[in-house]
Amino acid sequence: MAPQGEPILEVRDLVKHFPLTQGIVLKRQIGAIKAVDGVSFDLHRGETLGVVGESGCGKSTLAKLLMALEQPTSGTVRVAGRDLGSARGAELKGIRRNIQMVMQDPYTSLNPRMTVGDIVGEPYEIHSEVAPKGDRRKKVQELLEVVGLNPDHINRYPHQFSGGQRQRIGIARGLALQPEIIVCDEPVSALDVSIQAQVINLLERLQNEFNLAYIFIAHDLSVVRHISDRVAVMYLGKIVEIGKDTEIYDRPSHPYTQALLSAVPVPDPEGREHRERIILQGDPPSPANPPSGCRFRTRCWKAQEICAEQEPLLQIRPGTDHESACHFAEAHDVVHVS
Amino acid sequence: MNRPAGAVDTHLSPSLFSGSLGTEPLLAVDNLHVEFTTRQGVARAVNGVSYSLDAGETLAVLGESGSGKSVTAQAIMGILDMPPARIPKGEIRFRGTDLLKLSESARSQIRGQQIAMVFQDALSALNPVFTVGWQIAEMFRVHRGMGRKAAYAKAIELMERVRIPAAKQRVNDYPHQFSGGMRQRIMIAMSIALDPEILIADEPTTALDVTVQAQIMELLAELQRESNMAMILITHDLGVVADVADKIAVMYAGRIVENAPVHDVYKNPAHPYAKGLLESIPRVDLKGQELYAIKGLPPNLLDMPTGCAFHPRCPYKQDECVTEVPPLHQISGTRSSACHYWREVLDGTAG
Amino acid sequence: MSDSTITATPPEKTGKREQKAKKPASLWSDAWYDLRRNKVFLIGAGLVAVLVVMAVFPGLFSPIDAYNPATCDLSRARQGITGEHWFGSDNLGCDTYSRVIYGARISIIVGIAATLATSLVGGALGLVAGFYGRWVDVIMSRIAEIFFAIPSILGALLILAVIGRDNAGIGSVVLALSVLAWPLVLRIMRAAVITTKNQDFVVAARALGAGPGRIMLRHVLPNALAPVIVVTTMNLGLFIAAEAALSFLGVGIQSPDISWGLMIADARNRFLEAWEPLLFPALFLSITVLAFVMLGDAVRDALDPKLR
Repeated sequence: MAPQGEPILEVRDLVKHFPLTQGIVLKRQIGAIKAVDGVSFDLHRGETLGVVGESGCGKSTLAKLLMALEQPTSGTVRVAGRDLGSARGAELKGIRRNIQMVMQDPYTSLNPRMTVGDIVGEPYEIHSEVAPKGDRRKKVQELLEVVGLNPDHINRYPHQFSGGQRQRIGIARGLALQPEIIVCDEPVSALDVSIQAQVINLLERLQNEFNLAYIFIAHDLSVVRHISDRVAVMYLGKIVEIGKDTEIYDRPSHPYTQALLSAVPVPDPEGREHRERIILQGDPPSPANPPSGCRFRTRCWKAQEICAEQEPLLQIRPGTDHESACHFAEAHDVVHVS
Repeated sequence: MNRPAGAVDTHLSPSLFSGSLGTEPLLAVDNLHVEFTTRQGVARAVNGVSYSLDAGETLAVLGESGSGKSVTAQAIMGILDMPPARIPKGEIRFRGTDLLKLSESARSQIRGQQIAMVFQDALSALNPVFTVGWQIAEMFRVHRGMGRKAAYAKAIELMERVRIPAAKQRVNDYPHQFSGGMRQRIMIAMSIALDPEILIADEPTTALDVTVQAQIMELLAELQRESNMAMILITHDLGVVADVADKIAVMYAGRIVENAPVHDVYKNPAHPYAKGLLESIPRVDLKGQELYAIKGLPPNLLDMPTGCAFHPRCPYKQDECVTEVPPLHQISGTRSSACHYWREVLDGTAG
Repeated sequence: MSDSTITATPPEKTGKREQKAKKPASLWSDAWYDLRRNKVFLIGAGLVAVLVVMAVFPGLFSPIDAYNPATCDLSRARQGITGEHWFGSDNLGCDTYSRVIYGARISIIVGIAATLATSLVGGALGLVAGFYGRWVDVIMSRIAEIFFAIPSILGALLILAVIGRDNAGIGSVVLALSVLAWPLVLRIMRAAVITTKNQDFVVAARALGAGPGRIMLRHVLPNALAPVIVVTTMNLGLFIAAEAALSFLGVGIQSPDISWGLMIADARNRFLEAWEPLLFPALFLSITVLAFVMLGDAVRDALDPKLR
């Protein structure tokens, strides 16, 4: 699925700082958590962009910004050409129809006091122009069938389903308004191993059927690789490397990407004694007080003085074929060494 | 902080001198059954689990939620709440003594000193109102009768052993002041404090990020090498298992369905469930294709399928599977599979 | 092969309960199912049912109309238990049994009215304060705290003293109790709303474009209601006790209305001569409060999500 034509989603210099305040009555800002700090990318119709990174890297905040659940500090998100940040009321509601999401935890993301029919049908109640009242029940049953659930279970409650089935309910709700973009925030990480593959297959089938574009946020790198056309690697609120799946996985050029890929346990004990493994020291720094220059320099084995002084831009550098935010970017296959 | 990280080779085969206690292994779980009485009825969480472990060995217990993998470990530790739990049958032999027949005080002597456990959620396993140093030192005060000063010195020593930077300064910090990875290190420090012979690690890295997970797994491997400790690693992550385990017990619906050395399982699984799990891992050469997925849902413990619990999801299913519970067939000296058709599974001739 | 087969597999069974009920079970009906099997609830509910019937149709229990002064006979005052007067007679020679039966009405009315008033006011304000947060919450919570700081019986005494004995009665007692008790409901509702509004399913509704009204009423309120129900059930009993206390102190219900508190007050001076007119209303009062507390306890057990 080669990216072509107008992007369906354009993100430019997106910034989200959460102010840290002190005092109860007179709140003084004493700092900010820089959750997302200058993120830009495009997403095309029918394409999947994987977003990987560790906790605190800002990937979940990014998802909330894309869903207009948080107001960005600065920067823009354009959905099919329409600016999400300036839209209000009916216009915002209209844009929302086009971008929906699937959440991580199937146990908390469904209202336990509503039936499956009410949950999946709620989008139609909110956007009543999409489906006339008489058709809704039928449409909900169709949706349940599409995601592989029994349409007769429309009157059941979420707690009567297993985790995988609940995630299918969440997916059906996301599909109801026929969006072009679905933001999947860790959609399989809360599921049992034997169920994950079912849900990933479902997401892929739906993508082909409805030409959906996915933002696929996950920490499981092998799942991201399987489903993504392009992958963005985030560290402390910034994209440090972005490129086609093969570029990222076979020729990672940012040291953090290399460390991340090498840290993933390979499900094959063969040759495990000789596998290259980059073990990073320490924990990621706090996003409230990120290091100067390159944010990864405190854990990087390539760091030099320039890394502390100058922030590396996300760009294509000599010797690499995709954008990377490292002064010393250099393609290095960490997974396939034998 | 700025040190270059290098390639590390962490794995050694288990020591040759391990567990020479005659024929009896260090730990043997034998036909263990555990039931829970719930409002909806009796849930049979563990239905006849047997495995054994020698010193220096790493046994991975692989299974999804509800497979009984954690319950088995809790039974070994003696930390099950009884009731609602009940152990109607089975033995847990540690150096030949059945732990289930011991008195509670005798068990608590073994717990922590000989068999220790690391939990998934380090934050809730640590007491938030005491400093980490106090909590580690408590192990020495209670079990070794040490004085305050000596116990504290030991605590710092242990924190250094699990590579907590600036241990001397941080010994008086509270659990919430540490990151997730550091808290897990503190948990590990507490569990190895009394030099246990067996360490049970229940999903020790599930709550952690990949790069931190790699640090913790490396730490565990090093500690194991230093003291020739045996380890039971409970996980659902096929990658982690492949990295560190010597042998695997795959659990499904409270039973062990496959028991084998790690290389054998990954090369050629002998149970359809293990095979399905391995095949459902996304692989590079199959990108763009549908993933193999085990169909159906994990079983309901209150309403277990008849015969083989896996039969509703199994591609090898025959009539026999619906009626007959498959015994654990011995395939070789070290391998067994609880499938009527293990030969077919091994051969790869699909049903 | 994966997805198409899902529909073919039989639906997962969620325990035996559902198979028996054969009906999709909401969390409310699950709670109801548990309640019906809870002995504490059955006893409490049974007692409450009897009390309510007593309040509505006292004639069913007592052949004597206690509100009819002609049924009293001064010459038979403090006679002790007789075949005619099962609970003895009081200082004015009135039948204690019938008065105790008729006294249930005011207790139940005060309890229910005060509970309704506090739940509606406190619940609505708590919902709004918890949902909107920020300055709305600050203002409402501070106001609630002011009321909260007043010791309740003392405050009620003060309010009733201002209203004056001449205007005292059911209405003023309900008012005094409600004015002081709504902040408790507000606090509980507010806390429940705050935990609920940050849950994923509320975020999901926002992502769908749901407005604040829909989110509050469809998503937050039904999930925040449980603790409020528990507290209001228990409050019912406490209001009844408080009414008795105020009437006992002479600022609450006034004669000729019949209230257990009033009866106890009347009987206390001659307690040594006749204990029946004091003991029986006190006993009924205790049983009533106990019944509602039992009910509240059982409801808490049934609704507490941690126990499911």
